[in-house]
Amino acid sequence: MITNHETEARELLEVLPAVTEAELLALRDRLADSAAAQGVLDVAYRTLDTPVGSLLLAATEKGLVRVAYQVQGHERALYSLAALVSPRILHAPARLDAVSREIDEYFAGRRRTFDLPLDFSLSHGFRRAVLSHLPDIGYGHTASYAAVAAAAGRPRAFRAVGTACATNPLPVVVPCHRVIRSDGSLSGYAGGPAAKRALLTLEAA
Amino acid sequence: MVLRVCRAVLGGADAEDAWSETFLAALKAYPELPDDANVEAWLVTVAHRKAIDVARAAARRAVPVGELPESLSAPGADGRDLDLAAAVAGLPRRQRQAVAYHYLGGLPYQEVADVIGGTAEAARRAAADGIAKLRKTYKETIDDHKS
Repeated sequence: MITNHETEARELLEVLPAVTEAELLALRDRLADSAAAQGVLDVAYRTLDTPVGSLLLAATEKGLVRVAYQVQGHERALYSLAALVSPRILHAPARLDAVSREIDEYFAGRRRTFDLPLDFSLSHGFRRAVLSHLPDIGYGHTASYAAVAAAAGRPRAFRAVGTACATNPLPVVVPCHRVIRSDGSLSGYAGGPAAKRALLTLEAA
Repeated sequence: MVLRVCRAVLGGADAEDAWSETFLAALKAYPELPDDANVEAWLVTVAHRKAIDVARAAARRAVPVGELPESLSAPGADGRDLDLAAAVAGLPRRQRQAVAYHYLGGLPYQEVADVIGGTAEAARRAAADGIAKLRKTYKETIDDHKS
């Protein structure tokens, strides 16, 4: 009987006005603003539509911390940010305005290098050393895993270079797509082989 | 869920203030929350405190009070949905809170009692009385519309 009461009560309350999507979005924006103002917005994120699909962009106060392709799973990327960086994560596009603008310009063919503060907290040790060398491979050029290994000071560690590229938390902006096999074949990519080909084709144009 | 709870206990723009304050407080406190905590129940208890803060701030302009207003003014528009919202607003404070925290917020009666004071049994009775009153008022309103 008690459960019956409970169900009936819940049915009655179902009639209360639903919270609309627009109301929630407005509240979410307001929360992001006050959280940023009070210094408790550790990670701000947004998504950006690009020719290689929707990209998740996330930034700490230090800089861009994560770029994730749709195929990598945006939800998964957010969960790992919560676990590894901070659970104080909100959809807050304002912090990513400059990042979005530069990525848009890159895909429009009007930008060859990124001029953005980057936060490498998600990479450590040799992987981080590898990533820091990737911007040395210029726009429109490629380098082999072995060449990158040599540049990073461990010429025999080409497999580790492969891992560093595969786990690059900042694809597109840190150009791991420019690292290919010595025989010229593309090999794998965080965003999938089609995305890698698209970026290299864009840069070759 | 939290916005529905805030609307039921506060109504109108105050509910949005309480929602924002709730999530801001939650954002600050979240890293210290134990892994096995029931996040939704925790949010409802934060919302309860923030609703009181917001009501207190609103009342400061008029007469200082330390609690939610005894009853709320009805939302403006008519229409069936808002009539129920108006009926909720018209409930006595404890009934309104018990209905909001138990039925909308999902807190068990013991936790409702922990938040609003009194025993779990009293909280259950307040919620039941509130629902009974809502059913009656709401039914009358529907009948009015029909006639």
